[in-house]
Amino acid sequence: MNQITNEPLDRQADKTGQDKPPLLYDACIIGGGVIGCSIAQALSRYDMRIVLLEKNTDVSEGTTKANSAIIHAGYDAKPGSEKARTNVRGNRMFEAWCRELHVPFKRNTSLVLAFSEDGIKGLAELKKRGEANGVEGLHLLDRSQLQQREPHVSPAAHAALLAESGGICCPYQLTIALASQAVQNGLDLKLSCRAGRIRRHQGVFEIETSKGVVRSKVLINAAGVYADEINNQLSTYTFKITPRRGEYWLLDKSASDVFKATLFQLPTAMGKGILVSPTVDGTLILGPTAEDVTDKEDVRTTQEKLVEILDTASMSWAEIPRHQFITAFSGLRAHADSNDFILGFSPDVPGLINAAGIESPGLTSAPAIGQELAEMAAGFVQAGKKNSYQPAYQPAVPFREMSHQQRHQAILKNPQVGRIVCRCEQVSEAEIRDAISRPVGAATLDGIKRRTRAGMGRCQGGFCTPKVISLLSDELQVSPLALTKAGGRSQILTGRIGQIDLDHKENTHHG
Amino acid sequence: MDERKETTQKPAADTPCLAPGSGRDIEAELQPPVDQVDLVVIGGGPAGLAAAVSAWDAGCRSLLIIERDDRLGGILNQCIHNGFGIFRFNEELTGPEYASRYIEEVKRRGIPYLCSTMALELTQDKRVIVVSPKIGLKQIQAGAVILAMGCRERPRGALGIPGTRCAGIMTTGTAQRLSNLEGYMPGRRIVILGSGDIGLIMARRMTFEGAQVLACLEIMPYSSGLTRNVVQCLQDFDIPLMLNHTVIDIHGKERLEGVTIAGVNPDTRAVLPETARRIDCDTLLLSVGLIPENELSRQAGVTLADSTRGPVVDQYLATEIPGIYACGNVLHVHDLVDEVSAESHRAGQAAVRWLEAEKKGLITRAVLKHHAVPVIEGKGVRGVVPQFIEIGQPDAGLDVKDKWRVGFRTDGVYKGGAVVVKADQKQILRQKKLIMTPGEMVLLDLDPAKLADDALKALTIEIEGEAEHG
Ligand SMILES: Cc1cc2nc3c(=O)[nH]c(=O)nc-3n(C[C@H](O)[C@H](O)[C@H](O)COP(=O)(O)OP(=O)(O)OC[C@H]3O[C@@H](n4cnc5c(N)ncnc54)[C@H](O)[C@@H]3O)c2cc1C
Ligand SMILES: Cc1cc2nc3c(=O)[nH]c(=O)nc-3n(C[C@H](O)[C@H](O)[C@H](O)COP(=O)(O)OP(=O)(O)OC[C@H]3O[C@@H](n4cnc5c(N)ncnc54)[C@H](O)[C@@H]3O)c2cc1C
Repeated sequence: MNQITNEPLDRQADKTGQDKPPLLYDACIIGGGVIGCSIAQALSRYDMRIVLLEKNTDVSEGTTKANSAIIHAGYDAKPGSEKARTNVRGNRMFEAWCRELHVPFKRNTSLVLAFSEDGIKGLAELKKRGEANGVEGLHLLDRSQLQQREPHVSPAAHAALLAESGGICCPYQLTIALASQAVQNGLDLKLSCRAGRIRRHQGVFEIETSKGVVRSKVLINAAGVYADEINNQLSTYTFKITPRRGEYWLLDKSASDVFKATLFQLPTAMGKGILVSPTVDGTLILGPTAEDVTDKEDVRTTQEKLVEILDTASMSWAEIPRHQFITAFSGLRAHADSNDFILGFSPDVPGLINAAGIESPGLTSAPAIGQELAEMAAGFVQAGKKNSYQPAYQPAVPFREMSHQQRHQAILKNPQVGRIVCRCEQVSEAEIRDAISRPVGAATLDGIKRRTRAGMGRCQGGFCTPKVISLLSDELQVSPLALTKAGGRSQILTGRIGQIDLDHKENTHHG
Repeated sequence: MDERKETTQKPAADTPCLAPGSGRDIEAELQPPVDQVDLVVIGGGPAGLAAAVSAWDAGCRSLLIIERDDRLGGILNQCIHNGFGIFRFNEELTGPEYASRYIEEVKRRGIPYLCSTMALELTQDKRVIVVSPKIGLKQIQAGAVILAMGCRERPRGALGIPGTRCAGIMTTGTAQRLSNLEGYMPGRRIVILGSGDIGLIMARRMTFEGAQVLACLEIMPYSSGLTRNVVQCLQDFDIPLMLNHTVIDIHGKERLEGVTIAGVNPDTRAVLPETARRIDCDTLLLSVGLIPENELSRQAGVTLADSTRGPVVDQYLATEIPGIYACGNVLHVHDLVDEVSAESHRAGQAAVRWLEAEKKGLITRAVLKHHAVPVIEGKGVRGVVPQFIEIGQPDAGLDVKDKWRVGFRTDGVYKGGAVVVKADQKQILRQKKLIMTPGEMVLLDLDPAKLADDALKALTIEIEGEAEHG
């Protein structure tokens, strides 16, 4: 069972001599979402051997790719909870963190809308709770102040709570940047590598994976909706994670300048409300719903919830332009039965660190969680910080963000900048090639989408898909037939024209 | 990491950006920062090509076609089936053959064009910003502009079909490009949603290539494609056309595994849940509508019509911005390329007349929209083009002696109905039609002589008769 079949490990063993035991990592992180990657980035500052296991073909394919992307101010969570503490800390760290990682962030402010006299009282309570959590910049606005800030807000809104520190970000670009900086600083990133059975043997975690056994002194559980399955194998302090699905609508850029702030609705007996928010990409997002599901991969959208979003959102925004929808999607909150984040050392398994139950505001809390848990892990193996640290990879400035002069100069240097592959988002061939060849590069259509926005605009890849396929095939030197949308069996093409499809014929004969 | 970064800097190993042939390669002639060109045609599909040829023949010698793709011809390049040119050339051509006739005309005249060049921006004063790998970014000051950017397909997201977001779902146009230009099959067991022409054509194409096309679903009580395509692409291959049906759910985690379909009430189009059933398939092709590609038009301040989603124009194809014209699918979605060519010829001529008049100082804003009479969509009429008839501007030299062509679609299937045109309250035209369906544009030619009435306030087009279902 301890036979190491893992390729990079073999190589490592070769280098250090035949008889050396297989590499023992100081820390192994399970989960390549924003939490796992935040921890990895923070840990890569320490003099430690670290590995991150992610079952998908890319980082950020779990909950991190599908959420509201709001950097919450911190008035929501119960005072004294881990959620409240890490939210407020995380919010303060976020802007500098994104800057350092060269990913977008905008402090666009948040507004919680109240639609009745009762609601005004609710807002005051929310403000008090926020202040108890240490949130600064909270103000109550009356209707005219609200209308002045956001003229398109529905007149049904009576009053609002303004949170100056509310912001928006791009969760997947952030996570890709985190992973890539960690890799630049020595992280061993194992994609398409699922952690299965785990045991702790003589002070070492032995993790069976789809790519062999991984051994590590510290195990960090950042497995999102699967975090219970990891923890409960090892600890008697078990917990349960319930996937709670949230669905969204996304609107085209032409609707983008309607609102500046993120509009929340004051939770009522009727529900938690639906938010309407600009995104850092200039689109508008409406959602999320909340519904417990049983399947931890069940990220479908449903007719019922898509209608519910519109009905509820129309309280905040009376004239939602329905012909401007470009897509709908959903994500799963990892809801722990304790209703709070589960952070830190397991009480009974030395070296097991949990980052579990990280539902909202997990994204906001990510920088704080990453830093705190990395410190714990480093402390456990008594590692110190490295002397030097590679700055984050800086991708080429996207074509759409360049000035005309910059564009002209850039094209003269590299003609690929002048070849626009995605017309809706104006993504150049140079950006696509960079997205493939950069550290933690894209290997799938969705990977390209998240790194460059090609295929994310109003035509949703109708125009650029064939071009992106041929660029991926060229850069990765694989047949277009092998390329997938998002790994696994998500092939985009099924064969060549004019080739008899023997496999298929057989399959259909057998039923 | 630096060494990886460098690999992205390697020069493109691509083909030259101008198609080979006798056309004039004007890359070398274009110098930054600003070039002056009388007429810029944006888009080198059939619309742009026809407009440019007519403009040349009308005397314009300073013109330029801008095409984003590596070659001229537009969407026709991927339409390898025949059925093009029956009206224009009296023969049945394939898409590429039809396009090549016009490309030859362009080359024979030496009309300059730039391929692999995208028009990025268009301003109200007709400055066009283009970008290409060879010439970089360039500004062109145009005297007049013809918009001929074609259209794009509506994606799944715009419909809000719920379900999973797996591989195996794409628009029929994308599938057509993948199969006809790149040589790949998008799937094996295929369901097609939407019975527009592209959907119908692709049903046949995929069948030819060994795929099983299980059904073509249409939410409306009638096909939105040409009747000849319903017969030749579905009926001849026993592919069921399921009217009043739609996809209500999508299944499959990685690749598509099936769709749930259901019937809809023909009047309200509400889903009938009791009719829901699953079809196992690995591919869903969407042919659910085309949207004129008007991002540039919007930038230039061109008014767009709700019912066509294309520019508002008069009978000369002039938009409300003086000197900006529109034709082809960017203006309204056509069924037949022949009609695209005809319309675009008129746009090319009109743009040149406008340029001449402007050079003589005849055109001022006040002269334009001198007497614009709105064309109103009456009962049963949708998507009328032009939206205005410009009456009497002989001074501006814009008077075209030809008949004035009006196109529109009906809102349902009408058998034995008639089209009626009223000038204010007076009926000036009544045409009986055996059948009118939304899938086939109705074209009318109005006689200018009958409309030369200074007091005229509005033209109304309406359908006599009752729409039927199924
Ligand atoms: C609808 C919704 C809205 C939200 N809105 C906000 C918001 O506005 N602001 C905010 O701050 N937060 C928000 N959140 C919360 C935020 O999205 C999450 O807290 C955050 O993304 C969690 O990141 P994660 O890394 O823990 O989880 P994930 O991104 O799910 O990462 C876990 C990873 O672990 C991998 N994995 C699991 N099991 C294994 C295994 N056995 N082996 C290998 N890999 C494995 C998974 O593939 C996955 O990639 C929202 C969440 C949802 C669902
Ligand atoms: C599947 C299918 C089947 C068809 N079948 C038939 C048939 O059987 N018979 C028939 O008569 N007709 C048929 N047609 C219709 C016919 O092809 C179209 O009506 C015609 O191509 C429209 O011409 P166009 O020039 O307006 O648009 P397009 O052909 O789409 O050309 C527009 C051009 O503009 C370019 N462009 C757009 N934006 C820019 C920009 N910003 N900068 C530079 N260039 C730009 C595009 O690259 C494109 O080349 C079919 C169409 C399809 C898709």
